[in-house]
Amino acid sequence: MATKTVDQYFDDLRGTRVWRSIFRSGTGSSTLKRALAIQQNVFLHLFSTKVRTRMLSFSATWYLGTLTLGTFLILVATGIPLMLYYHPSAPQAYADTKDLQFVVSSGLFLRNLHRWSAHAMVFLVFAHMFKVFYRGAYRPPREFNWVIGIVLLLITLLLSYTGYLLPWDQLAYWAITVGSNIASAVPLMGSKIHFLLLGGNAVNANALLRFYVLHCMILPLTAMFFVAIHFWRIRKDGGLYSHGSEPATLRAKTTVPSMEAQ
Amino acid sequence: MTEETKPVNPDKALDRRQFFTKLGLGSLSIAAAGTAAFAYQFLEPNVLYEPSPVVNAGKTDRYPLDSVTLDVNSGIYIIHSQEGYFSLSAVCTHLGCLTAWKPELGIIACPCHGSKFKQNGEKIEGPAPKPLPWKRIWLNDDGDLLVDRSTDVPPLQRESFVRV
Repeated sequence: MATKTVDQYFDDLRGTRVWRSIFRSGTGSSTLKRALAIQQNVFLHLFSTKVRTRMLSFSATWYLGTLTLGTFLILVATGIPLMLYYHPSAPQAYADTKDLQFVVSSGLFLRNLHRWSAHAMVFLVFAHMFKVFYRGAYRPPREFNWVIGIVLLLITLLLSYTGYLLPWDQLAYWAITVGSNIASAVPLMGSKIHFLLLGGNAVNANALLRFYVLHCMILPLTAMFFVAIHFWRIRKDGGLYSHGSEPATLRAKTTVPSMEAQ
Repeated sequence: MTEETKPVNPDKALDRRQFFTKLGLGSLSIAAAGTAAFAYQFLEPNVLYEPSPVVNAGKTDRYPLDSVTLDVNSGIYIIHSQEGYFSLSAVCTHLGCLTAWKPELGIIACPCHGSKFKQNGEKIEGPAPKPLPWKRIWLNDDGDLLVDRSTDVPPLQRESFVRV
C-alpha cells in the first residue's frame, strides 16, 4: 500500500463528516469547488469568487487596502488586552497608562504596537485613497464605494482622536480641549455638540468615559460594519478596478492616447 | 348589479389594507421620534460633578500693585491695577487653551496658537476672535476676593473693579 502524501491526509480530513458539516464545499480543487469554498464561507463570501491574476500583483493595488485592514486587526488585537489593565476613570487612567508602560509584562510592547499601528492606519488610509483616486478607481460604477471609503476615513480619524484622550496626560487634555472647541464652531448647535460630546462643560471624568466608550465600542463596531459593506461592494461593482476592464467607450473618453498603446 | 360589486372606495376613502399600513407606519414614526427624544435626553447629563464656578482667590494683599497673577487650577487672572482689582478669564477665546502672563513683554499670550492679549484682556493679535472676558469679582465678609467664572462683566467699567 502506497504511503499517503500530506495533501492526501488533508483530503481525508476534508472528507470527514465533521469537516463536511462545517464546510460544505467538499474535497477536490476543481474551479467549482474552489469557487464554492469562497461563496459558502460567511466571511469570504463578501469577496469575489474569482479574481484576475494581475489584480493580485503588487503593482495593481500596492496592497494598501489589505494593509489598512491588517493595521485595523492589529489595533483590535492589541486594544483588547490593553483594556484589561486600563480603568477609564479620572483618578486612575494616567496611573494605569504608566503601569502599562513600566509594570505590566509586555504592556510597553502592546501599547507601542497599538500606537504605531494607529499612526500606520491613518497613513495607509490616505495612501489607499490617493492610489484609488489617481488610478481613477473611484469612477462609476464604484462611486458609492468611494463614499463608503470617506465614511471609513472619518471613522479612522475619530478613532485616533478619541484614543488620544485615554492616557489622561497634559497632551491628551489640551488636545481634546482644543479639538472639542473646534466642534463648538458648528453653526447654531455647536455648543450643544460640545456639551454632548464631553458630557459636561469641560474635559472631565464624563468626557473620559464617553471617549472610552466611543473608542472601544461604538467606533470599532461602526468601522467593522462599513468595512464589510466596503468589501462586499468590490464584488458587486465587478471586482477590483483594472484599466482594461472598463467598457471601451468609457475608456476612450477618459484616457490619454499614449496609455492606449500599453 | 355591477354597481354593487364595485369597491366602495372612489378617491378619498382608504381601504382596510391602506389604513393598517398607514397606522403601522405612523405608530413606528411616533415610536422612532420618541426614541430619538429619549436618546437625546439620556445623553445630556442632568447632574454635573464639576467644580463650582465661584473661586476664592484669597486676601487682597496677596496681589501687589500692578501685578498679574494666574491661578492655573481655576483658569483666571487676578490683576491689581491702579483702578483696583479685577479678574480675567485665562482661557483663550480661540480654542480653550490656558494662556500665560509674560511679564517681560507685559502681555498675555496663548501657547497653543499664538494669540496675544493686553493686560486688560483686549486682543492684540492672533487667531482668537474675542478679547478675554472680565469676570465678576467681589469681596466677601472675611475680606477674601471671590470670582464668579460663569458671569462676564463689561470690561473697564467702575463696577467691574474691586477697590479696597
